[in-house]
Amino acid sequence: MAANAIPGVPGRPVVSERLARKFSRNTKERAIEALLFLAASVSVLTTAGIVYILVKESAVFFGQVSPWSFLTDTQWTPLFDDAHFGIGVLLSGTITSSAVALLVAIPLGTTIAIYLSEFARPRSREIAKPILELLSGVPTIVYGYFALLFVTPILQKLIPGLPGFNLLSAGIVMGIMIVPLVASISEDAMRAVPMALREGSFAMGATRLQTALNVVFPAALSGIAAAYILGISRAVGETMILAVAAGMQPNLTFNPLEPAATITAYIVQVALGDLPHGSIGYQTIFAAGLTLLLLTLAFNLIGLWLRKRFRQAY
Amino acid sequence: MTYVAQTPEQIRGLIAKAKRRDVAFVALGVVALGIGFATFVALFVDMLIDGWARLSPEFFAQFPSRRAGQAGILSAWVGTTLVMIVTAAVAVPLGVAAGIYLEEYAPKHWVTDLIEINITNLAGVPSIVYGLLALGLFVYAFGLGQSIRTAGLTLALLILPVVIVATREAIRAIPGVIREGAYAVGATKWQTVRDHIVPYSMPGILTGVIIGMSRAIGETAPIITIGALTFIAFLPPAPVTGDFPFLSFEWLKAPFTVMPIQMFNWTSRPDEAFHANAAAAGTILVFMTLTMNALAIWLRYRLRKHIKW
Repeated sequence: MAANAIPGVPGRPVVSERLARKFSRNTKERAIEALLFLAASVSVLTTAGIVYILVKESAVFFGQVSPWSFLTDTQWTPLFDDAHFGIGVLLSGTITSSAVALLVAIPLGTTIAIYLSEFARPRSREIAKPILELLSGVPTIVYGYFALLFVTPILQKLIPGLPGFNLLSAGIVMGIMIVPLVASISEDAMRAVPMALREGSFAMGATRLQTALNVVFPAALSGIAAAYILGISRAVGETMILAVAAGMQPNLTFNPLEPAATITAYIVQVALGDLPHGSIGYQTIFAAGLTLLLLTLAFNLIGLWLRKRFRQAY
Repeated sequence: MTYVAQTPEQIRGLIAKAKRRDVAFVALGVVALGIGFATFVALFVDMLIDGWARLSPEFFAQFPSRRAGQAGILSAWVGTTLVMIVTAAVAVPLGVAAGIYLEEYAPKHWVTDLIEINITNLAGVPSIVYGLLALGLFVYAFGLGQSIRTAGLTLALLILPVVIVATREAIRAIPGVIREGAYAVGATKWQTVRDHIVPYSMPGILTGVIIGMSRAIGETAPIITIGALTFIAFLPPAPVTGDFPFLSFEWLKAPFTVMPIQMFNWTSRPDEAFHANAAAAGTILVFMTLTMNALAIWLRYRLRKHIKW
């Protein structure tokens, strides 16, 4: 600011300089700045808190269970007398349900994004985008109810013998839930592609679809990949749909027609019971939570990196 | 791909084919959007039909019960309201202050970068992990128990990134000349922020707060993780008392239940009579979050339309 100040009469300080020397005024400003800084650092404290709690409780857990058996055991029976702690069992449920979700969300989300960005008139886009946003605002427990009591009965008519709890129904509904996320980030990426690229393509006689698929899509690829990866991260961390519709029985399977517990559903199941603080069962949820955090963190970092890259491209 | 077309007819044929594909894709796009909207309509209508019979004034005035026909959401909606008050009281001042600091005060160095990376990452952390944080930290380490204040604090941390990001975006849209004008007449930085930056960014901040609160209302997983009871047939102590000082904060320490937990509890029962209750509770929940989201979208729309710097 000093550089922009209007120079006063030499030897007499300008008003802003006189004010700048007022002690009370400066102290108050400093104090306020410190307070605001403290508010901003709450986010760092939250991260520190999450890491501290998860690592602390997991450390106790890994003192009793070797990390090797945690990763390789094929059974997850923490509450039995013959306790096994193979996170792979819960991971299989997480991976299968997320895969089903992505098989729904990626084709739907990408098609919607291409349509909205390259074909739709501004007016229909103005209407469609807020409605999609509303869709992503529905509480996940409501999606869980919908999966268990609406989608599963329909699927049971199509696939005879489908159990009441299954990964397929939960995965499909989860996929629909993340469509708005995938569509909106992909659309942002495609709209960031400069108009000149499209005009060049049109000038060569390409149609809208040819331009969209051969010019805009490749140019926006890193942003679209970011959308997919953030979608994966969302699916992996989703809890209530799975806890309600996929069952809570640990089951080492990659078959979406079976019931299986995911990492998140397991945490819910334990939290619903009365496990004493400090027992091994209590600590398993922190080990499971740490696994979940590392998984989503990896996906988020890749996604953010990709997103940043496409922003810098033009 | 090689397009070897000799005659004008063949070229016309190619063009016509490509144009047909354009039309086909538009149809595909509309169908994809339609699937999304149809799901939403099916979800809402299905719940409304299942829960219609239960949606009566008594449903709001009764406690949960072992008999489905007599169960209501009194303790759930009171719990949700109280938890939301705590969440808003914590998340709004903290989030707005953090947003102001990062936009107006923060020097460009590694501490600021660290805070920014943190906020972006926190926005992607699954909500159940916040529940584990709250279980380990608030419930056991701080001894706050499985109470309204624990739930409110947990959800406040959860929506903090939403409020911060909305605040920053709103502040960033204010042109620099506003600040320079204030400095020119001798205002300090804080006076500029208090009298100009905050009032002008208010609609944007409000949008973010509403979206954050609508997310908090529907959150189930973190609250289950802190061990909230699902059968609560009593209300927390009233905040207003007959004796001096007439205000009581005992309700902050009370056990509670909230709408999504009540819905989860009813959904996961095998007895189908309870599913109608779940549907009714779900209808109310969707109605609340939709209203809040629609309000936020409308606010943002108005903002874009009317504010031209």
